[in-house]
Amino acid sequence: MTKFRVNKTKHVDQTKTISFNFDGKSYHGFEGDTLASALLANGVHLVGRSFKYHRPRGIISCGSEEPNAICQINEDTDLTEPNVRATEIELYEGLKASSQNCWPSVNFDIGGINNFISPFIPAGFYYKTFMWPKSFWKKVYEPLIRISAGLGKSPTKPDPELYDHKHVHYDVLIIGGGISGIIASKIAAKNNLKTLLIEDKNILGGSTIFQKNENYKINNKYSSEWIDEEIYELKKLDNLTIKTRTSLAAYHSYNYLLAKENISDHLPLNKRNCGIRQRLWKIRADKVIVATGAIERPLVFNNNDRPGIMLSNSVKKYLDFYGVSCGFNNVIFTNNDSAYETAVSFKEKGIPVEIIDIRKKSNSKIVKNAEKLGVKIYWNSTIVNTFGHRKINSIEIMNLSEDGSNVVGDKNRIKCDCLALSGGWTPMVHMHTQSGGKLDFREIDQTFIPNEIDENHINVGSCNGDFELEDIIKNTNNKAKNFLKVSETEFDNISVLNSKELDKRNIWLLPNLISEGKCKSFIDFQNDSTAKDIKLALREGFKSIEHVKRYTTTGMATDQGKLSNMHALGIIADTAGVKMGTLGTTTFRPPFTPLTFGSIVGRSVGKFFDITRKTSIHEWHSQNNAKFENVGQWKRPWYYPINEEGLHDAVQRESKAARDSAGILDASTLGKIDIQGTDASEFLNRVYTNAWSKLGIGKCRYGLMLNEDGMVYDDGVTTRLGENHYLMTTTTGGAANVLSKLEDYLQTEWPELDVYLTSVTDHYSTASICGPNSKKILTKIFPDKDFSDESFPHMSYQNAKIDMINCRIMRISFTGELSYEINIESKYGKSLWEKCIEAGKEFKITPYGTETMHLLRAEKGFIIVGQDTDGTMTPIDLQMDWIVSKKKYDFIGKRSLYRSDTIKEDRKQLVGLLTDDPNEVLEEGAQIVSDINKKPIEMIGHVTSSYFSPNLNKSIALAVVKSGKKMNGKKLIVPMENKNINVTVSDTVFLDKENKRINA
Amino acid sequence: MFLINCPYCGERDQSEFSCGGEAHIIRPKQPTELSDDEWAEYLFMRKNIKGVQFERWNHAHGCRKWFNMVRDTTNDKIHAIYKMGEKPPE
Repeated sequence: MTKFRVNKTKHVDQTKTISFNFDGKSYHGFEGDTLASALLANGVHLVGRSFKYHRPRGIISCGSEEPNAICQINEDTDLTEPNVRATEIELYEGLKASSQNCWPSVNFDIGGINNFISPFIPAGFYYKTFMWPKSFWKKVYEPLIRISAGLGKSPTKPDPELYDHKHVHYDVLIIGGGISGIIASKIAAKNNLKTLLIEDKNILGGSTIFQKNENYKINNKYSSEWIDEEIYELKKLDNLTIKTRTSLAAYHSYNYLLAKENISDHLPLNKRNCGIRQRLWKIRADKVIVATGAIERPLVFNNNDRPGIMLSNSVKKYLDFYGVSCGFNNVIFTNNDSAYETAVSFKEKGIPVEIIDIRKKSNSKIVKNAEKLGVKIYWNSTIVNTFGHRKINSIEIMNLSEDGSNVVGDKNRIKCDCLALSGGWTPMVHMHTQSGGKLDFREIDQTFIPNEIDENHINVGSCNGDFELEDIIKNTNNKAKNFLKVSETEFDNISVLNSKELDKRNIWLLPNLISEGKCKSFIDFQNDSTAKDIKLALREGFKSIEHVKRYTTTGMATDQGKLSNMHALGIIADTAGVKMGTLGTTTFRPPFTPLTFGSIVGRSVGKFFDITRKTSIHEWHSQNNAKFENVGQWKRPWYYPINEEGLHDAVQRESKAARDSAGILDASTLGKIDIQGTDASEFLNRVYTNAWSKLGIGKCRYGLMLNEDGMVYDDGVTTRLGENHYLMTTTTGGAANVLSKLEDYLQTEWPELDVYLTSVTDHYSTASICGPNSKKILTKIFPDKDFSDESFPHMSYQNAKIDMINCRIMRISFTGELSYEINIESKYGKSLWEKCIEAGKEFKITPYGTETMHLLRAEKGFIIVGQDTDGTMTPIDLQMDWIVSKKKYDFIGKRSLYRSDTIKEDRKQLVGLLTDDPNEVLEEGAQIVSDINKKPIEMIGHVTSSYFSPNLNKSIALAVVKSGKKMNGKKLIVPMENKNINVTVSDTVFLDKENKRINA
Repeated sequence: MFLINCPYCGERDQSEFSCGGEAHIIRPKQPTELSDDEWAEYLFMRKNIKGVQFERWNHAHGCRKWFNMVRDTTNDKIHAIYKMGEKPPE
């Protein structure tokens, strides 16, 4: 046992030794230790360097508020994790931890030089300095800042562990398993309410569990003994679920809360078995009782950041819970009574301790108790300086003036190896404010406490501003009774003995002999902001607390200012001469403590990140060497390379085959909506720009759909299957949105229409066969069918059967070739496809992918919504005036087509572009200019589609150009990085302007 | 994260719903007779109230029905939910 392990406690099993490694050195701790308690037991205080000045820093606290002791754990493994608080890691065999933000080592850190040049790097230093010269930013400043920024190192390999999400519903959720949380849970669970109690530590009991002091008794027992019995009883309750190692991350509206359960983080690496590491609980609770407790405040004075300077109640926990004495020559510096409990604990174990108290006197029971034990108390005194580089070794104290604004008398030097601070308590109101709750300011002890108006949650215990044991127990009991509508509880007649602590004397920034500018009085330990920085920000004109926070970075480190925010506010209030309550606080945002990305995404990683949709023919495509492209969630064949063929060669071959003989495309992904009802024709009239009433049964028609603002939204062919029955096709990516848009109009604008919409995209598979030989292939597949132009003309559909299976044949074309689409129930899709391939063999039928489809349609000047349009193109802009009905009284978007903006002649309009060098293929997205000499060069448009056409043996492109309609034949320039490409504006149709091929 | 009482399905998590903006903006029956300004008023202008607001919501990942909601945008309290076509509460 090390000399600092002075005490045997039941929470640390000193028979079970655990070895671990910190900064390359081996140490031993015991089962029940945290990394922090084990380090302190080995006399290690110095655990890191501060962010900006690289000052040596030690463990301050014992919980989630810890700003200094943040480590990289298990470096060089896939499971490495940065910025982990040593105060929260349960010690396990083989744990490897190292300090961050120091090089080459925490004991000798080169960056420590920043501490000596600190007068030259005040708040806002970066903003002010790296502004000039401008050219330095990219090459010099940014790389430098990036090297010095950040704390730990992220893992570089994929996370090998699993994370889970769990959705639960409870009558009552209690956050925090301290004394008030335990009382509330018992009341809830005993009254037939399904209750969940969550606690972030591995055991219940909070700070009561190590409270063994004559001055604090419940029903005549030590409070620790009383709480042990309560916990024992609690665990027997049926309708109570207790989750330890579970920390609340976020409290959203309507009592929706997120909590992270650590499942295997406390186990040695070789025992984790790659099971579930963490589970994110998504909790919906009727009622929430917040019992998150309070955090002790430090005090702000010169050099208040040396290793060995800690929070008083944490020092007590290390002593009474972990059995570790943080020093053998302790000094406590306080402004309130609670720190005297620490003094009494030390004294009872025979460890020397003295107290510096800012107050003039206190006559409470606990103070008298300490005096009786012989603790020396320096009343009305403050610390003006501390000494010791890697650990504190002495302090200088002086007396305070009558009003506390100055120091008087002589300096008195006191030796010490641990300085415990207590500046009073800050209720953890994070959960209350995250839920939307407001705060009130309580002058007497300068705290923000919850102002409860929400009927679905309450705050109990010290997070509600109750700091006296008696108040905590009685108020928790009364509030929980009211909240849960319970008439009596076992806590009604409880007897509580406590010290009745008196007022504290609050001084946010303690006075000093030397000027403020020369003091290093830290407020935010992790981000190294000092009282001086706050005052500088105020002098420079920052008034809002939110601005001061960002300018000085106070409260913006990984601890989110749990220890610093109140002091920053207090100093601002004092300096500006306003009341602290009027300043408000900065916003408390989730998560309360950092969450892992793993727990946020849960199982939605890898192939579960998003849905992958595959057509029924997918397997055939894979077997035939298809390269796939993502279109929305769909995997579509992009091209089918033969041997070592690249994209370009494959597409040239496929395009040529489709026009010379026959090609086949899997068109199953196009959105399909089945439309039925007596008003179906009228409905189509209203949603498409063209007229539908006169479309005969068995006929197909292309339609263009606009938004109400007149811009093209979607397009596709719709087929009239019967008198009141249509099948609409949409773009692959737009299918879901089109359906919801149509539903919206039906339900909200035109509820009088008798129309029913059903998505049938997944129900049918579609094989599209095109090319001059397509008719012959179809005739082979359907020998009984007459495919002559007279009986089966372009833009018509017929029912047919393959092997007794019903299918629909549409003669429609997106390539300009003679073309048929066969729709069949999806389960037969692959067999249909294979039949087509078999029948097409003698014509060398060539499967083609989306790239060839795009090329073929571009040769014909057919648009692709989303590629040639971008939500700012009207049909008129697309030169598609022919599809806009002049006769129809109304359709979606009609009125917008003659708004002053949409009728402007210099809108960007769709045109064709031909490069002067026919082998030069333009880049899609390239800008287009007309005058390259006039500076600044005006960009008048951009290329939307561009290909080399094997059928025309030249490069073709579609583009949108300002006033493009009037530019036919005009020379324009496409400037690229290395050259300017000369182009000529052309018609959008490049091939077969007479539409002869469709009936070839 | 709201708990929304869909008038057709009951209480469901907000993640099942999508918000369709301000409610009770009626599409003009005769758009062609409107001036540019009048049409723009319908097309673009929304109140975006800080306080009690009437909104359209869709149970997108549920019954796909649209309905109306009265919500206070300052504290997300839902005051009323009613079906399309029903009279809005006072």
